[in-house]
Amino acid sequence: MSTVLDSYEQWLDGAWVTVQLTVYGCALALVLALAFGLAGTSRRWWVRVLNRIYVEFFRGTATLVLLYWFFYALPLVGLKITSPMTTAVLALGLNVGAYGAEVVRGSINAVPRAQYEATVALNFTPFQRMRRVLLPQAFALMLPPFGNLVIELMKGTAIVYTIGMVDLTKVSKNIQGFSGETVAPFLAVLVLYFVIAQVLQLFIRYAEWRVDRMLGRRPSREPSVSTVAAGAPGAGVSG
Amino acid sequence: MDWNWDFTWEILPELLEGLRTTVIATLCGYVIALVLGLVWTLLRRSPSRILNQTVRWVTEFIRSTPLIPQLFFVFYVLPSWGLTIGPLTAGIITLGIHYSTYTAEVYRAGIADVPKGQWEACTAINLPRSRVWLDVILPQAIRRVIPTLGNYLIAMFKDSPMLLVINVSEVLLVAYQEGGRTYQYLEPITVVGVLFVVVSVISSILVRRLERRYATT
Amino acid sequence: MPPPDTTAGSPTPEESGGASTGEGVSTQKSDVAKGGATKGVAATELPRGAAPGIRFEKVVKRFGHNVVLRELDFTVGPGERVTLIGPSGSGKTTILRLLMTLEKLDDGLIWIGDETLWHMKRGDKRVPANQKHLHEMRKQVGMVFQQFNLFPNMNVLRNLTEGPVRVLGLSKDEAVERARGLLDMVGLADKIDAHPSQLSGGQQQRVAIARALAMQPKVLLLDEVTSALDPELVVGVQDLLRDIARQSDLTLLCVTHEMTFARDISDRVLMFDQGQIVEEGPPDQIFGEPSEQRTRDFLQAVLAT
Repeated sequence: MSTVLDSYEQWLDGAWVTVQLTVYGCALALVLALAFGLAGTSRRWWVRVLNRIYVEFFRGTATLVLLYWFFYALPLVGLKITSPMTTAVLALGLNVGAYGAEVVRGSINAVPRAQYEATVALNFTPFQRMRRVLLPQAFALMLPPFGNLVIELMKGTAIVYTIGMVDLTKVSKNIQGFSGETVAPFLAVLVLYFVIAQVLQLFIRYAEWRVDRMLGRRPSREPSVSTVAAGAPGAGVSG
Repeated sequence: MDWNWDFTWEILPELLEGLRTTVIATLCGYVIALVLGLVWTLLRRSPSRILNQTVRWVTEFIRSTPLIPQLFFVFYVLPSWGLTIGPLTAGIITLGIHYSTYTAEVYRAGIADVPKGQWEACTAINLPRSRVWLDVILPQAIRRVIPTLGNYLIAMFKDSPMLLVINVSEVLLVAYQEGGRTYQYLEPITVVGVLFVVVSVISSILVRRLERRYATT
Repeated sequence: MPPPDTTAGSPTPEESGGASTGEGVSTQKSDVAKGGATKGVAATELPRGAAPGIRFEKVVKRFGHNVVLRELDFTVGPGERVTLIGPSGSGKTTILRLLMTLEKLDDGLIWIGDETLWHMKRGDKRVPANQKHLHEMRKQVGMVFQQFNLFPNMNVLRNLTEGPVRVLGLSKDEAVERARGLLDMVGLADKIDAHPSQLSGGQQQRVAIARALAMQPKVLLLDEVTSALDPELVVGVQDLLRDIARQSDLTLLCVTHEMTFARDISDRVLMFDQGQIVEEGPPDQIFGEPSEQRTRDFLQAVLAT
């Protein structure tokens, strides 16, 4: 056990790598998810085909296979990605982005058609319809599944162990290697991942809370006059 | 560098042998996941608060930590407790336990989806508890979740290459070793990638069929 | 060409400031406090001036094999208030949705003023309208929906200012001022920062009416605007619409199942069945002495409930 505690610097460095991979991977996945998800709602068929190709291909591949391909095979055809970090972020982002694109597409399609009709009645341009009304509402539907994807991506970062990056998993394996201990390092690494996951959950919950408030799904914390007044006798001034 | 077809044909039999291991690991793990998931779900409904909260946090822990360190844990720790198991067995057990925490959520959602009226009807005709579960609730719940369970089978298949970290000779490890032997990584890893896309896309189509078939309940 | 402006025109607001419409809950306080003064605000916010007429010329609309409108012809004069009644599925709502460009026209022409909605001129020929033409034409038309369709991601104020700012290009201040005036008119000035979900159905529908008016349309379409409201909230919304009709020059097309409301608000009533006009005339005639059996049957069925 003491070996595990003594190597806290290694743990910290490893955790930092894992966190970086998670953050960059999520950023890339989010961009891809929005771009290809929106493409999936396009009126032009060939734009929708782009969405299908991306989603089916990158959902179909295993992340680890993709990583190996980028890392071992691609350089042989002359495409050398300079850092393992970039390679790993690409593999994770492309994969999770494909799941995210389906979430984005599904959420936009799930916004009630009546909302779209109201934007037409107010003469919004197609861009304004999306930007001002459909996306903000779809965002609320996206958040819970996005939260799951963030956790999945964080777990996925452990694959970088196989290309020699020193993330949390690699640190635990190193410690096992030189100390011969098994229970302590592997239990410790699992607990560390669990802590990171719980922290991510907190962020996600906060985002959900914010969006719910924006959409008025729950009463706001500072009750407005109308909410207070609603309880007062004789306040039934309504349509 | 050009694609070498001769080399591709030469390594294909070994890759398919690796794929066989991958499929075996996935299917065996899936059986564990299906059964153990149901156990988690039923335990979580237990009236004992200590029991259901323990189960809740254990499954949450397993679900939110990566498969690779879990594989290490099972593969290296169990022998030190006197349980010696081979890499494939360790891989199957880990994969199964890991995904049982997902199937547990699926079952839970499926049971929650069974209309309240069904429970009330059971009470009204005074059906014993065991019959309520076996004859009424579970058949309806499982039917609803079959497509989702199918998706998790595909997900497990795609996670199974991770078993290479404990030296299971699954398809990606075979490809990697072939590449290392000849310094030609392009062909073996590309073939594996194509195999995965093909298998995943075909099984996704099958799952969508299941969805259509079970949509009308 | 649309008919010349021969219609009786807008009823003169002789009862201007007649705030006390009786049972309207919301207006009760005002007639004690300020008498007729409240409606002065309203008048400045309501669209005035020449409203265009509308003409349907051999309009055809199909949904799959189902022909909803079969070569339909009818005209609404500038500033005229017309109510469409008839059994469900008779094509009334489709007419409003075609005018709002929510459904595509299959055949025929729809005129708003002296321009066609779904077609534009290229040389001598009429070609299907592009997005730009539709955008131009929609400027004249506003719609109030059965389910209000307020934007849940915006508060009341932004629901009212979003269109004027983004579409009409008003400054933020101008839009807010317009919104305040309209909220005052619909009796919800105190809800300006509220969220749609905090409002009752009736209040939401008043906001939706204000939102439509904020775009200053010349033609207003009302699609069963009280059907989704609890019975006790219906009257307030109807009173508001009556006031708006009285004090504006809007061309008004209204689909409703509330026959009393139809009688009050309209200059003319069109009875529809199976995509065709069965009978038309002033409300007194249609409700008092309908000449067609189908109209009589329909009215009997509706009034029985």
